[in-house]
Amino acid sequence: MSKPKIIDKIATVIIYAMAGFIVLILAGLLFYILGQGLQYVNWHFLTSRAESFSAGGGIGIQLFNSIFLLVLSMIISIPIATGTAIYLSEYSSNGRVANFIRTAIEILSSLPSIVVGLFGFLIFVINFDIGFSILSGALTLTVFNLPLLIRSIEDSLNSISSSQREAGLALGLSKFETVTHVIIPEALPAIITGLILSAGRVFGEAAALIYTAGQSAPPVDFTNFNPMSITSPLNLMRPAETLAVHIWKVNSEGLIPDVVAVSAGASAVLILAVLIFNLLARFIGNRIYSKMTGDK
Amino acid sequence: MDNIKAKLTVKSKSSKREMNGKIISMFCTTIIVVLVISLIGFIASKGIAIFVVDKVNIFDFLTHSVWSADKTDSQGRPLLGALPMIVGSFGVTFLATIIATPFAVAAAIFMTEISPKLGNKVLQPVIELLVGIPSVVYGFIGVSVVVPLVRKMFGGSGFGILAGTFVLFVMILPTITSMSIDALKAVPRHYREAALAVGATRWQTISRVVLKAGAPGLFTAVVFGMARAFGEALAVQMVIGNAMLLPQNLISPASTLTSVLTMNMGNTVMGTTSNNALWSLALLLLLMSLLFNSLVKFIAKKGTL
Repeated sequence: MSKPKIIDKIATVIIYAMAGFIVLILAGLLFYILGQGLQYVNWHFLTSRAESFSAGGGIGIQLFNSIFLLVLSMIISIPIATGTAIYLSEYSSNGRVANFIRTAIEILSSLPSIVVGLFGFLIFVINFDIGFSILSGALTLTVFNLPLLIRSIEDSLNSISSSQREAGLALGLSKFETVTHVIIPEALPAIITGLILSAGRVFGEAAALIYTAGQSAPPVDFTNFNPMSITSPLNLMRPAETLAVHIWKVNSEGLIPDVVAVSAGASAVLILAVLIFNLLARFIGNRIYSKMTGDK
Repeated sequence: MDNIKAKLTVKSKSSKREMNGKIISMFCTTIIVVLVISLIGFIASKGIAIFVVDKVNIFDFLTHSVWSADKTDSQGRPLLGALPMIVGSFGVTFLATIIATPFAVAAAIFMTEISPKLGNKVLQPVIELLVGIPSVVYGFIGVSVVVPLVRKMFGGSGFGILAGTFVLFVMILPTITSMSIDALKAVPRHYREAALAVGATRWQTISRVVLKAGAPGLFTAVVFGMARAFGEALAVQMVIGNAMLLPQNLISPASTLTSVLTMNMGNTVMGTTSNNALWSLALLLLLMSLLFNSLVKFIAKKGTL
């Protein structure tokens, strides 16, 4: 064999090994977390409240807080992101204004989440005087989530061929009607996939929340549905430590004796949630697509 | 007659809807722009307070290594030197990027040149999952696996820049990889065909044609990875050791800009010197993020020329 051929073989082997190493890392991570954590996950762990100083605490309130915050921030960010994505993909020309808007969104999406969290702390917690609360957390998560959501929705809208837009306009629909009746329905599978993936990211976010939603989870009475009452789970003004923040908190303060058990269990729950979000994104996207295109 | 005139001059339902839709979408866009401008404005105004109100010298701030807001120097200015954190942040960022880049590029070559089928089936989902794992989980694994391992192999407490580097390496790997894949995919097919046609082996084609043509994209991927590493807060804070001292070696406890912010923002009172100093660190983070951003733009401009 000539020298270049030998080098080619060696390089191929090395690249195979390096790619294999990455797969091994993920396998090791999943194996470790699920292997360590799943043994602690049971109904009691998922529903009971966390302990501050003794062992045997659960993650019930934190889990609820995470889901509640996710839903709230999605409710706020989806309309704004959709509106902006429609503007960027349908109305804006490639002029200076559009360029400026795009730059602003890029800057926002590249900001470290701790900076976004500190901004939320400064504006919502201190200037608006909302305090450490679900509301501050949800608004901050919205700021964190918006740029990524806008990009994914805009990409979905841009992937629709322009003949669809022309067809809509030719039928006498206005531009906006074309968007709402023709473009968005066709882009829906891609949009939903993007939404679910961003939901997974929001669910695991902690740095943006430690100074906005707070680091404590006061007891909540799940039979109290009066949103004005401080013990109601629906109250927007109570401090709400989420699952991700809880993992950070118990590890960095370590006042409970079963730190490893609690954080391994909570990490396993977080990872499972991320896996479910990922699978859902694939499954629901495909499902809606085949339903809407009549393709079985 | 009047009826027709009225009909022609009054806006149709459709055009009213069009107006409303356009206004709503422009309103949403305005929200984002206002948000970004106010974010930069607010953090900048808090961040410069330490230089304007407390009269700290910017040059001292960036080059001195004693951080203690309640002590003052001979001119009565608080002793605030952010060098330990700056060194820590850049240290973990550069080391993590140096380790992660070869793996990321190798994975991208595997995906685009060697075995796209296997790559799409195995590597792609692996990378998507790695992106999705929350940073606190990486931090927890760092504390429970990486730190003890470093302690065993290199001694010391295990907390420090080396542990931070390993954690960040795994965290930025998927970021760099997925963007490198895009960069190599964008290299036109006929480049490869031309190289193979003149008798180059696959590795010669990859190393002399594909990687060169994809270089701007690969640089962009690396910069994005660095930006992510630089801004990562909790995972790094959990393994870095949180000592505001200049790191002596890779296994002595250190700190980064983000770790100091995470640890101390809650322990200081708004408006005090020590609090203002923290906001300057936040401003420094913001400026670095803007710098990474313009670097990406610069590479994109150069790459298309």
